[in-house]
Amino acid sequence: MIPVSWYLLLSAALFSLGICGFLIRRNLITIFMSIELMLNGVNLSFVTFAHQWHLVKGQIFVFFVMVVAAAEAAVGLAIIISIFRARGTLAVDRIDLMKL
Amino acid sequence: MNGSLHLWLIPLLPFAGFLLNGIFGTRLPKALVSTIALLAPLAAFGVVANAAYYVYTGGTLPYTETLGSWINAGSLHIDFSFVLDQLSLTMLLIITGVGFLIHIYSTGYMAHEEGYWRYFSYLNLFLFFMTVLVLAGNALLMFVGWEGVGLASYLLIGFYFKKTSAADAGKKAFIVNRIGDFGFLIGMFLLLANFGTLSFSEIAAKLALNPGWTGGVLTCIALCLFVGATGKSAQLPLYVWLPDAMEGPTPVSALIHAATMVTAGVYMIARSHAIFDRSPLALTVVAIVGAATALFAATIGVVQTDIKRVLAYSTVSQLGYMVLGCGVAAYSAAVFHLMTHAFFKALLFLAAGSVIHGLGGEQDLRKMGGLWKKLPVTFATMTAAVFAIAGFPFLSAFYSKDAILYAAFQHGTNGKIFWAVGIFTALLTSFYMFRLWYLTFFGEQRDKSLHPHESPWSMLGPLTILALLSIGGGWIGIEKFGAWLAPVVGEHEVVNTSGIPELGFSGIAVLVAVIGLVIAHVLYSKQNEKPANLATSLSGPYKLLLNKYYVDELYNAIIVKPLMVISRFILEWVVEFAILGGLAWLLAGIATLAGAILQKWQSGNLRSYAAWLAAGAAVLLLFALVPWTNVLANFGIHLNWAGR
Repeated sequence: MIPVSWYLLLSAALFSLGICGFLIRRNLITIFMSIELMLNGVNLSFVTFAHQWHLVKGQIFVFFVMVVAAAEAAVGLAIIISIFRARGTLAVDRIDLMKL
Repeated sequence: MNGSLHLWLIPLLPFAGFLLNGIFGTRLPKALVSTIALLAPLAAFGVVANAAYYVYTGGTLPYTETLGSWINAGSLHIDFSFVLDQLSLTMLLIITGVGFLIHIYSTGYMAHEEGYWRYFSYLNLFLFFMTVLVLAGNALLMFVGWEGVGLASYLLIGFYFKKTSAADAGKKAFIVNRIGDFGFLIGMFLLLANFGTLSFSEIAAKLALNPGWTGGVLTCIALCLFVGATGKSAQLPLYVWLPDAMEGPTPVSALIHAATMVTAGVYMIARSHAIFDRSPLALTVVAIVGAATALFAATIGVVQTDIKRVLAYSTVSQLGYMVLGCGVAAYSAAVFHLMTHAFFKALLFLAAGSVIHGLGGEQDLRKMGGLWKKLPVTFATMTAAVFAIAGFPFLSAFYSKDAILYAAFQHGTNGKIFWAVGIFTALLTSFYMFRLWYLTFFGEQRDKSLHPHESPWSMLGPLTILALLSIGGGWIGIEKFGAWLAPVVGEHEVVNTSGIPELGFSGIAVLVAVIGLVIAHVLYSKQNEKPANLATSLSGPYKLLLNKYYVDELYNAIIVKPLMVISRFILEWVVEFAILGGLAWLLAGIATLAGAILQKWQSGNLRSYAAWLAAGAAVLLLFALVPWTNVLANFGIHLNWAGR
């Protein structure tokens, strides 16, 4: 049987990749995908612990996260499209109207 | 007759008129405004007449009506109490009677003015406060009326508030009166401290129990009260507001600044005569101020060219006579002159108002002349008033002025000086009144562009009634009048020690009146060069008089200007700049500094926000995972949170 730590390591690796992508990449869609990656890394930890302790709460939580992620994707993509229409670019360092 | 006299109605009816016209006046038709405004003083006069009938049928005086308790603090009890006695009844008859006549006159005079309703609501407000002042049974309630009439006077002087001079005159009147009120207040505090009560009757009773108590603190109280009287009754040195008060509508000058309000100071001295009687020093001061004011104002009146200004200085001068009368303890003579003055001075002002009205607002004597044909009724009534004030025999002021001068002559060592000043003032009075009379009504009309027309009967009616009163107002004679007032102001027997019969004094008074008439006739009856020549040959004194002794300029230089400079300095630099400005700058500086630092975070760059988010999450994680309590304990630090 595969040890729990392996799952957790994979989960941490996915989350860290998400953070790195979130901070480094410029394209708004890539950033968005990085956020999804972080969410899924967290989901993996939830499932791992739920399996480990034989509790269903973790599984339920994963479903909640998925629902929120789906809603967020819908809203987020809509925002991204309208930004693209308005500004003609998705590079985050160009989207800086709030800058003083 | 045992029923209540309902004295409370006397002030309250005009107050109701004030409220009705003041609140709904803009929406009411003019006729209704006039009806309300006229009914209020008429009804009040009715109540007063009822009270007079009560006295006539042998009712007991003083009659006190206590409406309730006002202040109850420790041993201090002050009631809302109205007192009807011979003095207040006399005053009430003058105030409501003359007041009603002037209300009627106003309906004609103010007919075409903007703010008709405002004018009448103020006039009713004045009557409310004036009757409170007169009816008040204690000094504090009197002070309410005292301040209130000052307010009404301010409002009415500044009635044409769009004119800067009128607005300024209103302010001047109010501020100068406040100086006098300050003296009145101090006097009241001294009364409280020494008598423990402010009720006039109780004070008089306490004084009667201590016949040996004279001078000292009583002098102090009397002088403080007199400061109040100099403010309200326009005596030296606080008279400066009254000539400027002529900026108000003419009926206001007649009612407030001639017949009623300005006599409040004289009334107050007569009312508190028990205190003045115990202080010969205070009485001497009162007499000197009165005589000086009479002479001083009369000399200014001689050269004025504005018809209302002449009358204003004449009012100040006549008030000086009344105060002189108080100063020589001839209170009943002072009140007698107050009454006759109310008649003939109200008439003079109203007739002058009729002239001004007939000339379309012209007040300059130099432009009038020859009006007796065009304004016959005004001319006839004014003539009665002019002869009355000059002191011609069998007219009202002949009796009252003589009573004062006679009493002054018999009063102690200084009495003869007071009498001499008074008789010389009488000469001046006669001269400037006939000067006004000739310049207005005789000769040729000097400004041909004016088209005089006689006033409506709403104005001439009151003139006629007042003319009759000016002629016959003094026929009662000082003996009877003095006997009538004696229960209130005390018996002050005037003993003739000079050996000259009383008729002799009257003869001298009539003689100076005739001399005044003759001089005025020579100088002014026909258009000639004599007045101008006289003015050039006496240019020094003439200029001094024309500029009213430069008193306004003097006050401006030594009081107003320094005060303005100091308050400007304190207001602008200390308060405005240092305190308020400093505080505002400090707060603004803190906010700006905090903003300058915090705005670095708000870079507007999405990735920097993301980095801060990640860093924040990392810090939270670190805080949650590391057992800080244990780590710190290793360094010897023990955290104790909320007692744990």
